[in-house]
Amino acid sequence: MDSVPILKIGSTLLVSIQVDLQDQSALQLQEDLAERITQTGARGVLIDISGLEIVDSFIGRMLSSIAGISRVLDATTVVVGMRPAVAITMVELGLSFDGVRTALDVEKGLRLLQPDDEDVAPEQLLLALAPDAPA
Amino acid sequence: MTADPVTSERLAITTDGDVVRVRQAVRGLAQGARLSLVDQTKLVTAASELARNTLIYGGGGEAVLSVESNGRRTGVRVEFRDEGPGIPDLDLAMTDGWTSGSGLGLGLSGARRLVEHFEIDTGPGRGTRVVIASWSR
Repeated sequence: MDSVPILKIGSTLLVSIQVDLQDQSALQLQEDLAERITQTGARGVLIDISGLEIVDSFIGRMLSSIAGISRVLDATTVVVGMRPAVAITMVELGLSFDGVRTALDVEKGLRLLQPDDEDVAPEQLLLALAPDAPA
Repeated sequence: MTADPVTSERLAITTDGDVVRVRQAVRGLAQGARLSLVDQTKLVTAASELARNTLIYGGGGEAVLSVESNGRRTGVRVEFRDEGPGIPDLDLAMTDGWTSGSGLGLGLSGARRLVEHFEIDTGPGRGTRVVIASWSR
């Protein structure tokens, strides 16, 4: 079972889902994120789903749950990078994505979460996103 | 849907990982059949919902994938079979938001909206068989 790495940039946790997730891995991510939010006091959670080829009702519900869980833990979730075909399919499937904020890409999402955070330079972000970068 | 199958593949659905394997196999066939990217995504999403239903509600089963051609269009057909309890009230089960379990109740009704062809055969005590198919344009 693959586990999804969680990176920390400033006061934001960054998750980039790069593989086709098994349902169990999705549930694990939900628990890991809740744990990390309370450990680090993060105020934002950025979830990059540009690697996802589909969002079905299970993954959709997982993303809504993460947004709900982080809200009660005083953090905001933004989902970024949804592919156009995924957006079309999700809406037709009937997923409403209630309570989930979205942005087109990681940079726009990060700006939503940390509008005043001068500490996070774009280079730092790109470094964190690069493969093999230290967390 | 009376075309000759070109290829056919049978996948067991007994674990979470099998649901992922079904998605990937359907994706591969849909690409090969030259479905548009949106149609591929819809078919794979529908297959994911139905494979999960087979696993959770049907107690496991199998998916039979095939590529079919009628000379003009190429299609991908996926049949899901289980020998679970079956669905006693199909009309209810096809309603958006209704679920017998802990899901969102979008699996069956949503899957039907995402594909060109959808048929279901089920009843108490005789398992469930669902067929979906989409064709290149």
